[in-house]
Amino acid sequence: MPEKFDVIIVGAGPAGTSCAFVCAKNGLNVLLIERGEYPGSKNVMGGVLYRKQMEELIPEFWKEAPLERPVIEQRFWMMDKESVVQFGYKGLEWGQEPYNNFTVLRAQFDQWFAQKAVEAGALLVNETVVTECLVEDGKVVGVRTDRPDGDVFADVVVLADGVNSLLGKQLGFHKEFRPDEVALTVMEVINLSKDKINERFNLSENQGCTIEIFGDSTKGNLGTAFLYTNKDSLNIGVGTTLSSMIKAKLKPYELLDYLKTHPMVKPFLEGGESAEYLAHLIPEGGYRSVPKVAGNGVVVVGDAAQLVNAIHREGSNMAMASGKMAAETIILAKHEGDFSESSLNRYREELYGSFIMKDLEKYKDATHVFEKYPQYLRDYVPMVNRAASKFFTVDGTPKKDKQKEIMRSVTGEKGTIRVLKDIYRAWKAVK
Amino acid sequence: MEENRGVWVFIEVNEGKIEDVSLELLGAGRKLADKLNVPLSGILLGYGVKDLACQVIYSGADAVYVIDQPILKHYRTEAFMKAVIQLAEKYRPEIFLYGATPNGKDLASAVATDLSTGLTADTTMLDVDVDKRLLEASRPAFGGNIMATILCKKHRPQMATVRPKVMKALEPDISRKGSIIEEDLNLKEEDMRTKVLEIVKNVTKKTNLAEAHVIVAGGKGLGDLQGFQLIHELADTIGASVGASRDVVEAGWLPHEYQVGQTGETVTPKVYFAIGISGAIQHVVGMKNSELIIAINKDPKAPIFDVATYGIVGDAHEIIPKLIQQFKEIGREKGGEINYA
Amino acid sequence: MHIVVCVKQVPDTKIIKINPKTNTLDRRSAPAILNPYDAHAVQEAVRIKNLTGGTVSVLSMGPPQAVAVIKKSIEIGADRGFLISDRAFAGADTLATSYALSKALEKISMDLEVDMVICGKHAIDGDTGQVGPGIARRLDIPPITNVIEVTRINLPEGNLIVKRKQISGYELIQSELPCLLTVEKDINDIEYAPMPNMIKAARYEPVVWSVSDLGEVDRKQLGLKGSPTIVGKMFTPPKLEGGKMIEGALEEQLNELMDILMERKDLFSFNNSK
Ligand SMILES: Cc1cc2nc3c(=O)[nH]c(=O)nc-3n(C[C@H](O)[C@H](O)[C@H](O)COP(=O)(O)OP(=O)(O)OC[C@H]3O[C@@H](n4cnc5c(N)ncnc54)[C@H](O)[C@@H]3O)c2cc1C
Ligand SMILES: Cc1cc2nc3c(=O)[nH]c(=O)nc-3n(C[C@H](O)[C@H](O)[C@H](O)COP(=O)(O)OP(=O)(O)OC[C@H]3O[C@@H](n4cnc5c(N)ncnc54)[C@H](O)[C@@H]3O)c2cc1C
Ligand SMILES: Nc1ncnc2c1ncn2[C@@H]1O[C@H](COP(=O)(O)O)[C@@H](O)[C@H]1O
Repeated sequence: MPEKFDVIIVGAGPAGTSCAFVCAKNGLNVLLIERGEYPGSKNVMGGVLYRKQMEELIPEFWKEAPLERPVIEQRFWMMDKESVVQFGYKGLEWGQEPYNNFTVLRAQFDQWFAQKAVEAGALLVNETVVTECLVEDGKVVGVRTDRPDGDVFADVVVLADGVNSLLGKQLGFHKEFRPDEVALTVMEVINLSKDKINERFNLSENQGCTIEIFGDSTKGNLGTAFLYTNKDSLNIGVGTTLSSMIKAKLKPYELLDYLKTHPMVKPFLEGGESAEYLAHLIPEGGYRSVPKVAGNGVVVVGDAAQLVNAIHREGSNMAMASGKMAAETIILAKHEGDFSESSLNRYREELYGSFIMKDLEKYKDATHVFEKYPQYLRDYVPMVNRAASKFFTVDGTPKKDKQKEIMRSVTGEKGTIRVLKDIYRAWKAVK
Repeated sequence: MEENRGVWVFIEVNEGKIEDVSLELLGAGRKLADKLNVPLSGILLGYGVKDLACQVIYSGADAVYVIDQPILKHYRTEAFMKAVIQLAEKYRPEIFLYGATPNGKDLASAVATDLSTGLTADTTMLDVDVDKRLLEASRPAFGGNIMATILCKKHRPQMATVRPKVMKALEPDISRKGSIIEEDLNLKEEDMRTKVLEIVKNVTKKTNLAEAHVIVAGGKGLGDLQGFQLIHELADTIGASVGASRDVVEAGWLPHEYQVGQTGETVTPKVYFAIGISGAIQHVVGMKNSELIIAINKDPKAPIFDVATYGIVGDAHEIIPKLIQQFKEIGREKGGEINYA
Repeated sequence: MHIVVCVKQVPDTKIIKINPKTNTLDRRSAPAILNPYDAHAVQEAVRIKNLTGGTVSVLSMGPPQAVAVIKKSIEIGADRGFLISDRAFAGADTLATSYALSKALEKISMDLEVDMVICGKHAIDGDTGQVGPGIARRLDIPPITNVIEVTRINLPEGNLIVKRKQISGYELIQSELPCLLTVEKDINDIEYAPMPNMIKAARYEPVVWSVSDLGEVDRKQLGLKGSPTIVGKMFTPPKLEGGKMIEGALEEQLNELMDILMERKDLFSFNNSK
């Protein structure tokens, strides 16, 4: 006789695990199903974990979680072929409690986090794929897994199955994502000794650095690249929207190879050994792509609900926050014994009232603008580099004249009106 | 403990024939016995095996202890163990070696437990510390390209199972003299709890790796099952047998019978091609006694090059097809098909 | 029918990478798994139970984390699990391991008599294959090693028939029960575990025993103290001769290689039949 749980959660990523953790802590009977060999085994993330949402679940988690380094420096690069304009912030206060954010390796972090949910009372079943939601009279009543005798029932099913969310599609909550709504990111973990990392990034023990790279890192296509420091390895990755990849006939690994051998990047990696190679989609559609997130007996959280801020590369925090909100709604619903869509829609309301949807709304046009007007990356980054080069080259020209010269060259290349229009459009998109 | 003296070798007999590994152990045991200045003895158990005792002596033993009884007709742990324990308790050897075959390992484990002594598994190097009278049994250790020497300081006999084909048998010397000591065994068939009902010899699906003259072995470096086909193609072209590293077997590209190494076959062909194999110690102990080792690996630092007679740094996917072509051309020039000797 | 399967937690040697410079394990990448042979042992016990009825227990000795391999065994279909875990067991060689496991087996047997013990052919970390026969000796039951098929179980007569792999071919062996089998991987295919087993395993908490739970135990025979073998020295094997690299462009390398091979007249012959 198949079992019935209060909640079945599909996917033990940050979203699903948060939801499981909160539900279990509140005494609900939780089954967390993960298709990987263990949570994290299939998960890919560049690796910045934001402190706040995690802390709301597990106070002072940094004392026991497997974290790599607290990030004390964030750099942004606008990279051209042989130059880079950079700015950033380094603050030693970020190296102390309560910290700001951390680099993590997901294979370790997710496993630890899921263990916390198990300790709170959730049941975790690995190596099991949920193939469909079981629907009766328009209500989701459980899931079917790929195992023999694989049906399991629950009052609520939580879809935390990540960016592709086949289950959400099956329920008709969203359609197949368009190639411009998702980015394909490839990344590599490169083993490198602690000493070398500290030396090259100018860090000391237990300090981390992140570099976000725009411009030539994607050969001018819409997307970004990153280079993050772990304890004794580096995460390097690059992604562009699927649509630009198709348009530019790029192969993802070619792009990564290009980045790794880029003269601005290569010195950081020298002597490192490639340990892992991963590829993954990131939802980039933003506000407009968020699907239906609550139905009869079902809610959708994390990447499955497209909750990613592509511009700031925030995802895991939104996943956690949405998982927690969903859990709170489910606990209430359990209380009332009402798992209908209208009851679960409280989650939707909370979500839309939270920082998540506010942030997503704020940037709702950003990706689309950048996608439509490739000149931002293709033209302006090199331009900025040339400008900086001119400005910093000491050749006896007065600085004031240099500025004029730079302005002239910028507007000269593109025409003043176009430049102004571009700037206005970009400003509107991210303001 | 003082009174334990002498080196013993368990003589394994199958179908009226002494297993090669037992003869190899007599060769290795001879050296140990000479160093320690003690006799080397063979332990010969079975039914109708008495006549093999001379062969044991020709191969290096000073003495053979024989128990020849119907109850020992087929190998059975309970009977063989009783027989061995009886002899060991009576004559007290200080070193006792077995072939690392299914029967040898099975027997040695039971005997060691009964005598409460140490047993080193799958040894590939043997030596002895004469002053301390300590057997130094070395085997590849879990932990890298490293060998560990296992010692058993306080218990006697010191026992080890030894991989087939890593020790050298002596040339049989029919002028050698030795004593043959027959012993009795007080065991009744009614007391036996196991019975061998039937022995089935393999007729099909034999890989014959152990006897192969030319082996083309491939490793994880071939990439995938598809890539590994190149190994089969090359082997077919030159009529060689196919071998593999454990990682290949674990990946399911080939069944276990094809595995060369510590936990697979030990091979000694005339030519061993090691292609896309890194050369981990566990692999190397299974093939290092090949006459000619040709390694192809794209990593110039791969440890396989340390054991190779000839090494080529390069991509297997590029080299093998060319190699096949060359072989075929030479075959055509010489007007026929290639056969290995 | 009560079958006890001995299961060991081992590092996954498939994934483990060795640092070529220091010759040490890169443990970071090596998850601990159920010894693959033991997984087949559990599967076989479950298969037999499905034929004869009864109970399958699993027994493991190891650190507290070894609970994971017991849970894995429950997934495959075992009914219950016991973990013996104590500092006193640490550092055991095969002799001390078989002693500790046989003591636990005696205790399990007091509660429900054991008809059969199954072990893996060997554990992939040490590769000795000595523990199984050692346990059998201590319990004074017949061992049958390298089993590739359990052909028949004859409960009324109290015996079974198995195929035992030999150097070439196999033997058909009949043995009284209780007995101990060690199994090869060929014995079965691991089945994809049904969902109820997965849930049961997730929920399962095995019995954990320390030394003092085992009753009368000779502590001198446990762990490091009870292990007659010690690791003397570790060394890199002596470098072998040769190591000549064939250099040059690919074509040159191949030509040189072919010359070397063809010079050896004994290697290849050419039959002119074609
Ligand atoms: C390269 C890259 C870099 C990133 N960098 C950052 C960053 O620096 N900071 C940040 O905050 N975010 C980052 N993100 C985004 C972040 O990884 C995601 O937003 C976050 O992982 C979403 O969590 P989730 O739980 O919703 O989904 P996931 O982490 O994708 O988890 C989904 C889980 O569900 C399982 N699953 C899927 N389908 C099924 C099924 N049918 N049955 C059973 N199980 C199933 C999967 O195995 C997986 O474990 C990055 C993403 C990528 C790809
Ligand atoms: C207890 C124990 C017992 C073991 N017993 C055995 C045993 O009996 N037999 C055995 O083999 N192993 C055994 N092993 C495993 C052994 O330690 C190694 O892991 C294994 O031999 C490695 O197999 P490999 O060389 O095929 O793979 P890898 O170590 O992955 O090496 C692949 C090699 O291929 C090269 N390569 C990659 N691509 C190419 C290309 N395109 N062209 C050419 N070269 C390429 C790489 O440079 C690398 O050197 C045992 C391990 C343990 C712990
Ligand atoms: N610590 C242990 N706990 C339980 N079973 C073990 C343990 N060690 C060995 N075994 C069993 O003995 C078999 C052979 O192990 P080994 O002799 O170490 O190669 C394994 O496949 C297990 O079935």
